[in-house]
Amino acid sequence: MSACAGLRVIEFGGFAAGPVVGKHMANYGAEVIRVESHKALDGFRTHYPPYKDNVPGIERAGIFSFFNDGKRSVTLNLKTAKGVELARELVAKADVVVENFTPGTISRLGLGYDVLSAANPGLVMLSTCNQGQTGPHANHPGFGSHLTSLAGFTHLLGFPGETPSLLYGPYIDYIAVGFGTIAVLAALARRGKTGKGCYIDLSQYETGVQFMAPALLDYFVNGRVPTRAGNRHPSAVPHGVFPCSGDDRWVALSVAGDADWQRFVEVLGWPVWAGEPAFATVQARKENEDRLEELVASWTRTLSREAVVEKLRAAGLRVYPVNSMADLFSDAELQARQTWRPVEHPVQGKIHAAAPPFTLMSTPPKQDRPAPLLGADNSYVLGEILGLTETQIEELAGEGVLD
Amino acid sequence: MIKVEPPEGDPGRRLPPFAGDELGVDRSLTWLAGNVNKRGITCNLEMESGRELFRRLVAGADAAIESFTPGELDGLGLGYEALAAINPRLILTSITPFGSAGPHAAAPASDLEISASSGGLWLAGDPDGPPVRTTLPQSPSWAGMCAAMGTLMAVVARDATGRGQHVDVSAQASMITAISHAPVFWDLLREEQVRSGPYLTGRSVTGANYRMIWPCRDGYVAFALYGGPAGRHTSKQLVAWMEELGADPGAMKTVDWDSFEVTTATPELVHQLEEAIGPFLLKLTRQEFFKGVVARNMLGYPVATVEDIWQDEQLVARGFHQEVAAPWGGDMLPFPGSFALFDGCRPVLRRTAPRPGEHNAEIYCGELGLTPDELVALREAGVV
Repeated sequence: MSACAGLRVIEFGGFAAGPVVGKHMANYGAEVIRVESHKALDGFRTHYPPYKDNVPGIERAGIFSFFNDGKRSVTLNLKTAKGVELARELVAKADVVVENFTPGTISRLGLGYDVLSAANPGLVMLSTCNQGQTGPHANHPGFGSHLTSLAGFTHLLGFPGETPSLLYGPYIDYIAVGFGTIAVLAALARRGKTGKGCYIDLSQYETGVQFMAPALLDYFVNGRVPTRAGNRHPSAVPHGVFPCSGDDRWVALSVAGDADWQRFVEVLGWPVWAGEPAFATVQARKENEDRLEELVASWTRTLSREAVVEKLRAAGLRVYPVNSMADLFSDAELQARQTWRPVEHPVQGKIHAAAPPFTLMSTPPKQDRPAPLLGADNSYVLGEILGLTETQIEELAGEGVLD
Repeated sequence: MIKVEPPEGDPGRRLPPFAGDELGVDRSLTWLAGNVNKRGITCNLEMESGRELFRRLVAGADAAIESFTPGELDGLGLGYEALAAINPRLILTSITPFGSAGPHAAAPASDLEISASSGGLWLAGDPDGPPVRTTLPQSPSWAGMCAAMGTLMAVVARDATGRGQHVDVSAQASMITAISHAPVFWDLLREEQVRSGPYLTGRSVTGANYRMIWPCRDGYVAFALYGGPAGRHTSKQLVAWMEELGADPGAMKTVDWDSFEVTTATPELVHQLEEAIGPFLLKLTRQEFFKGVVARNMLGYPVATVEDIWQDEQLVARGFHQEVAAPWGGDMLPFPGSFALFDGCRPVLRRTAPRPGEHNAEIYCGELGLTPDELVALREAGVV
């Protein structure tokens, strides 16, 4: 049995912050139905590489496949009255709605929580958007890649005095996914006890700020505005990323306290400099960290990444290779968790779906379905769930309701 | 939510930063950030009488969440099988750096090594410098959030089956969710994604990179050329804004934004456009830029500091910040509030982080039924 067996989730919207909530539930056995439209395609089908063989196409986008495995897709044109009516009927037979339109859009479409919950009082509905449904900036458009900066993350990423760096994509979107999933599951647990549904107004900004809490308190209590500090740490030293032999090969390592330091210099073979007063105490090592880092790098540079890891790990010290994307697919810890699950996509071929980062041992995730092709499940959703005949479905298609 | 600590206090109480930069059992702000709304007890799990207390506590619990090294709880006789025998409805969630299954599951790791293992370091930093981590540790938040997801998923499953289960959370795997679709380039095309400092990568099939972080007059702002309706509107508005302030829109003026596609624009064109944008943004303050993008409905935000976040009018309008008592005594502190509104209400922060053993009497005597004398004896024996 799957953890979410018997639950039906209907998704409106696109990109990451809404749909990845549904992905986690689909991977754990919920029936998750994406409501899509040829008239308003998910940006992840149209705007973002990589594409299979580098050729754009709505079924060729790897990013859509990556975030939607295990789901079904139905096309409904929500600009038509019949399309909206069918969406309402579908939600009436569902447990959860996830939507990430801009605030107010879902209500304007005639699919607001008041309408949907009147027909289905146990409905749990998650509205996730940039800055929440209310407030002076509610209607300001934004993507996670910008919002990550507003929530303070980029200010803390990089080297002191240098331009901040990005952490690749819309970092904050995936924080919102986590809290969105938590909110939906908590509301379902409450519904199990009370029968009551729930409307969840989630601001992606507010979820991101949760991860900033220690720094916010540091400002309020101590008046300090934390800024980026490279790879350094307030007390552990050395604490950084060091180059190894080969092209762009790095290890991350950190040494905390004197006992670890003794073991560290032993692994390095007690170099002469290790006996200098400049490195005798944690405080001295912090004061001479620039030079210390150069000396450590002069050791790591002579060795392969694997050799550095093996030596330090054998001494019980903290070390890990800086995994590239290719390395993630051969990482032994991730392989042991079966993080990358092979799925066969009708257009993209043999690809991998990412397993959820939490494993329910008695009801593990099942990931044997790739992301759906656009409208692939129209006959299942309209026929089996909503009980329409083939003729009725053909008529709807003819009227543009399924565009 | 009951926090169980060893009698000397949880090691998390020694994490910086500290209130007034003074060490103290109640002064860690990292500890405070993660432990409001909990009650706290002490319990020495190294002693059999401590383990017996823990078993009694587990008998009436819905879930137990632990972050010992893999196998440690089993070694204490408190592994999942043992606890499930006491309470079959129990959900035991184990949080470890790399999960419990891998060949190096017990290897020690801090935020830096976990970030390295997840690919998050590889993707951050300038191309000509080393990979870099976020200065404020992020892996504890990611792992904790994913543990809450897994625990609640198991609660939902238990509603159907009546049985609890063991939930295994890997901090490494948790942080992989933070790097978006970067692994897909390798999976689909055998292309490696690389760090590129303030530039967005993975948006183009021509090799163009789009700048996202720009220097402004008093710091930095986040702005990028974007596709789709919002991106087109943003570019047109930027041209209008530049002209209103007497700046030269340069190449920005030459583009038909209705047909501009981020995916297929050439690197040369993107370079020319960004040459025109940079000097304009450099003249604005973070606040001027923020007000401008909001007024014009453009995509973009300042690169905020924590000071900016405290003052943000949107957070204030939504009643985001709440108050908790300073555990070291004295004033109430503003505190980032709960993460969402449920039926229009934001869950309330009811209590500050507990002192070690603050609720021993309330829980051991009031809820587990120990007598006050028994509690004194446990304290004298070093169990609590």
